[in-house]
Amino acid sequence: MSVLLAFAAAFLFATGTWMLLQRRLSRILIGVGLVGHGSNILLLMSGGDGGVSPIIDTADPSEFADPLPQALVLTSIVITFGVTAFLLALGFRSWRITHDDVVEDDVEDRFIARRHETDQAIAEEELAERDQAVEEGRR
Amino acid sequence: MSEPSNAPASHGTLARSRRMMLLDTSMKVLYPSILVLAMYFLLAGHNRPGGGFVGGLVVGGALALRYVSGGAQAVRSTFRLPPHLFLGLGLLMSASTAFVPVVLGGSILEHGDTTFHLPIFDKVKVTSALPFDIGVDLIVIGLILMAFAAFGEDVPDAPGAADDGSDAPSPALKIRSKP
Amino acid sequence: MNALIPLPIIVPLLGASLCVIAARARWIQRIVSLSALTCNMIVAITLFVRVDDRDMVVMQAGGWPVPLGITLAVDRLSAVMLVVSSLMLLAVMVYAIGQKAEESRYAAFNPVYLVLAAGVSASFITGDLFNLFVAFEMMLVASYVLLTLGGRPDQVRAGMSYVVISLIASTFFVTALAVIYAATGTVNMAQLAERMPELPPGVATGFSLLLILVFGIKAGLFPLFFWLPDSYPTASGAITAVFAGLLTKVGVYAIIRTQTLMFPPDARQGTLLLVLAGLTMIVGVLGALAQDDLRRMLSFHIVSHIGYMIFGLALFTLAGVAGAVFYVVHHIIVKTALFLVAGLVERRSGSDRLSRVGGLVRSAPVIAVLFALPALSIAGLPPFSGFVGKFALVSAGIDSQDWLIVGVSLLVSLLTVYVMVRIWSNVFWGEPEDPAIVAWIASEESRVPRLMTASASVVVALSVALMVFAGPLYNYAERTAADLLAPQRYIESVLGSDAP
Repeated sequence: MSVLLAFAAAFLFATGTWMLLQRRLSRILIGVGLVGHGSNILLLMSGGDGGVSPIIDTADPSEFADPLPQALVLTSIVITFGVTAFLLALGFRSWRITHDDVVEDDVEDRFIARRHETDQAIAEEELAERDQAVEEGRR
Repeated sequence: MSEPSNAPASHGTLARSRRMMLLDTSMKVLYPSILVLAMYFLLAGHNRPGGGFVGGLVVGGALALRYVSGGAQAVRSTFRLPPHLFLGLGLLMSASTAFVPVVLGGSILEHGDTTFHLPIFDKVKVTSALPFDIGVDLIVIGLILMAFAAFGEDVPDAPGAADDGSDAPSPALKIRSKP
Repeated sequence: MNALIPLPIIVPLLGASLCVIAARARWIQRIVSLSALTCNMIVAITLFVRVDDRDMVVMQAGGWPVPLGITLAVDRLSAVMLVVSSLMLLAVMVYAIGQKAEESRYAAFNPVYLVLAAGVSASFITGDLFNLFVAFEMMLVASYVLLTLGGRPDQVRAGMSYVVISLIASTFFVTALAVIYAATGTVNMAQLAERMPELPPGVATGFSLLLILVFGIKAGLFPLFFWLPDSYPTASGAITAVFAGLLTKVGVYAIIRTQTLMFPPDARQGTLLLVLAGLTMIVGVLGALAQDDLRRMLSFHIVSHIGYMIFGLALFTLAGVAGAVFYVVHHIIVKTALFLVAGLVERRSGSDRLSRVGGLVRSAPVIAVLFALPALSIAGLPPFSGFVGKFALVSAGIDSQDWLIVGVSLLVSLLTVYVMVRIWSNVFWGEPEDPAIVAWIASEESRVPRLMTASASVVVALSVALMVFAGPLYNYAERTAADLLAPQRYIESVLGSDAP
């Protein structure tokens, strides 16, 4: 059982990571969800071997499965769920603005990169002009 | 609660042709029973499976059913109170219940329980964690209502030219005050 | 006295609920949030005085015995972080009201801001690793909303990458929790501290690395910082200020807390952290040099200074950790001040592009003074607190004979001065060439609301006060460092002295 869960977690991590590396926002969203589920399964497994559901008065406490990871994983699922919902809302908004779901580049980054290029272009131009002037002076 | 089919065909209501009679009819049975189930979960959840969060989610499921059958208008007309009141009151209730034991000299989130003997129900165990659970329940319901209010409206199938990102905020976000 | 411990979490949450209920009445929201944050500040100061005077205070949530319940504990480090964060949260709230931007436009601002405050306090107070995760999420979810509140295209784009990165970090956190619980059977930090040495050293080291990865993303450590300068500047002035001042420092706090408390000396990542610290400093300051947008420049600059804090911690000596604690406190206040003043600059000149604005020293001398003081402090010029912090760190580095990092930190100091000078000469000297900017400065609209200037001045005054009280604060930082490096007292206070 535990091996199966471990494989499930590994599979979710692997596919999720693959999806996260895509450029499409929708895939990134799916990837985030998959990786989140993978980590939740891992957390669920951390309690060790399974047992009877830990509900008071239903069985002997010594047979119980460890209840703490279950509580933790519930919290973590709720949080992942909430944030994923927020991300979906944000993606929806982004789609309404851009009509596309490709993650855009940072405008400012491109601006700075371009500034470097234009600086270089200007410098080269000036250099060329100076060379020309020198040439003309020689003549 | 309003009858979705009698509601005026205003913004957010499904057109009569798009509604499913089977679903509408079964809703009359399903909706109350789901709410009863939610109530059970809310009250059972101390030492047994259930609790405020689960109860709230089940109510959310019932609301989702209403949405499928009657559109955003049906969800909006479910409760008289605006969604943000549910959220606020729920948070207020949970946070203050968590803090009451500190005032009484205990530690945060501490709770006790007591058992009553009532005529019909016989033994009834009441815990002081119940208001906390009700608060959580209200938070979840409020959030689900807000989500339906914000994203429940039909969106144009293709993003139109007029939709340039400066669209009017959806009702849930339209809580404005006078400056 | 113990009743005070949960207040910094509960009071903002209660305030948030009232703000949600009063969503249609902005003045009620304002009264509620200001009084909640003031109350928070008073509680924090009381706790600070009490903790420094006597001993740390501990509360077990739900009255459950130690390993079962959630531990809330305030020691010297938590106390000082609480005080500084509550001061900044209050000042920024006042600034946000004065700014009349997001705060007056969206009913969601006040409640979400209070949830952020609760999350920040919870991160400092909790003594439970899983609860730390929950507190982080509370803070982060609130920050997602605040960052994208305007819904502008650039905010949505930046918010998207911010949320995805944070979510990935959270996933790593859950993964770390899972493996740590599987190996030790507890998530209580004090108990973890007891059980960590029993693990094989390799396993403990692995956990240590995993947690550094998680908190490094939140703190903006070297290879993991790229999201920070991209996302922070897109929010409005007040929100950027509170993000810049507090959020990354919560990550730094978590690194300091987990590294010193939980891990035995052989599982601590001193060398790795030193290398990361050096690279963080250099990359951050070089990034800042390349920018043209004032707030973006300052955001890169945060990254650079995170490096200093990690440098102090990575030495794991009394002087080093004390320097790191001092630097964190200094940096929260000074960086918040700088961002608040950057907001004033943007308001006054209508732009925050260095290449477009200019001449503010004549048109807005008050803003110029307000900028100069924290800028000199962050550049590390004597006698400001930045100098004290850097001096403490550098001398700790010399004591440990880590010459390379000392050299790097001195070089980065110089570059920091250059960055500040560049801002100064572009923004405050010269003349704006752009006619739109000239027209804006001359117009009535460009007058900065008094409330904004007032709250920015208070934070600047605090940053100057740090210089005056640098001595006592450094002594406090040294006591904190002594506590941190001898975690036995923390463990005993949490678990009770009769614990095995």
